[in-house]
Amino acid sequence: MENTLRQKAKELLEKGEVKVVIGYGWNKRKTHTTPVFITKPEDVDKLVSNPLCVNNLSLYLTRKFADIKAFGKPAIVAKGCDIKTIAVLISESQIKREDVVILGMVCNGVVYKQELWKGELKPEIMPTKCHNCDVRNPHIADFIIGDKTDFKAPDEPTGMVFDKIRELDKKSGAERWDFWIEHFNRCIKCYACRQICPLCYCERCIAEKNMPQWIETSAHLRGNLAWNLKRAMDLTGRCTFCGECERACPVNIPLNLVNQKLALVVKDAFGHKAGYDEKIHPPMIVFNMEDQEDFIK
Amino acid sequence: MSSHTQQPQTTNFEPQIIAFVCNWCTYAGADLAGTSRMEYRPNVRIIKLPCTGRIDPLFIIKAFEKGADGVLVSGCHPGDCHYTTGNYHARRRWIAFKNLMDFVGIDSKRLHFSWVSASEAIKWVDLINNITDEVKKLGPFVEYRGLGERSKVVG
Repeated sequence: MENTLRQKAKELLEKGEVKVVIGYGWNKRKTHTTPVFITKPEDVDKLVSNPLCVNNLSLYLTRKFADIKAFGKPAIVAKGCDIKTIAVLISESQIKREDVVILGMVCNGVVYKQELWKGELKPEIMPTKCHNCDVRNPHIADFIIGDKTDFKAPDEPTGMVFDKIRELDKKSGAERWDFWIEHFNRCIKCYACRQICPLCYCERCIAEKNMPQWIETSAHLRGNLAWNLKRAMDLTGRCTFCGECERACPVNIPLNLVNQKLALVVKDAFGHKAGYDEKIHPPMIVFNMEDQEDFIK
Repeated sequence: MSSHTQQPQTTNFEPQIIAFVCNWCTYAGADLAGTSRMEYRPNVRIIKLPCTGRIDPLFIIKAFEKGADGVLVSGCHPGDCHYTTGNYHARRRWIAFKNLMDFVGIDSKRLHFSWVSASEAIKWVDLINNITDEVKKLGPFVEYRGLGERSKVVG
């Protein structure tokens, strides 16, 4: 698999079809993988592919990274879940489909955190998204690398994130409030969730606007709640559950819960699942006259 | 305990309701209630916007932060929007936002959504009276307003 990937990357770079290959490489001690940007054909041996490749590299296709855009046309090594994000970026006109070469990797799951890796991929160390993954065989790609898997995703979403959502739904409002207050209280407003999110690509974030100041910047609960609710709202119908925000969060706020809750709401109310078709508009920028609700009196 | 640190008495508590309304239907409806000399609870503070499509969820969050005990969002009935489709977009956003607010545990009795047209002055009066009475029973929304202080105690 790794050899095919390197071969393909070499071919693309030699022919000049792409100017840079965005992929995964080892860190110095070979304990973590880290993003690498290959511009010379002789460097392709740096590329690796293994269950430690957790990052969502589609982040580097956004306008947040002008220096990577400056290289020229990119090829990107992407797992199915990363391709979902690329599809959303395309549907939001952030990139054109023909401006990126997608090297789709067949994936059998990744580790939740790289520190958990003990040389073997077990279901216990895989994140919830991998247990429910229906894109282990990449759904949008120029080249598919690896042998096809016949993994079938369960019909009902399973795993820790969805169990916790169901558990919270059963609780009273006051208990849910206490749960979230406890978690958001830890937020230190580092904005790591925003920085790592491939779909948070605004050039100027509302959190940085201070005339008027919409979101209080100091790390106390009132501003923390406003920030996290606003971010959840902005990801409604767009979040593809790559889980990077929760992975990047230094204080372990369960951000997947709130994002996936809204994804479930969007699926029920508007019949939309983000990231499967790059030609469909995200649900919050369109409407249907038949939208149903029961709370507007 | 000195007198200025005491909590406000809930018995004579008057809630503050912030209403975000659209210029063309609900504001005109409220205006009609006024010109028709209908009486209703004076607890509502109306914020007029061009269209319900202009109402960002942050407005509602900000209202709670600044001490609102209840929030009402109201605009034209579906199909009646002055800008043709603004309220359809707003409805989508509210469906998501209402679910989000429920999920973080904000009492749904404090956040109301409604369609009030320019001729529905009576509906407006009833709506405000009902919401005011409901929120009055719940008492002040100290959970949200007091968030800043609470984090000092915990952290």
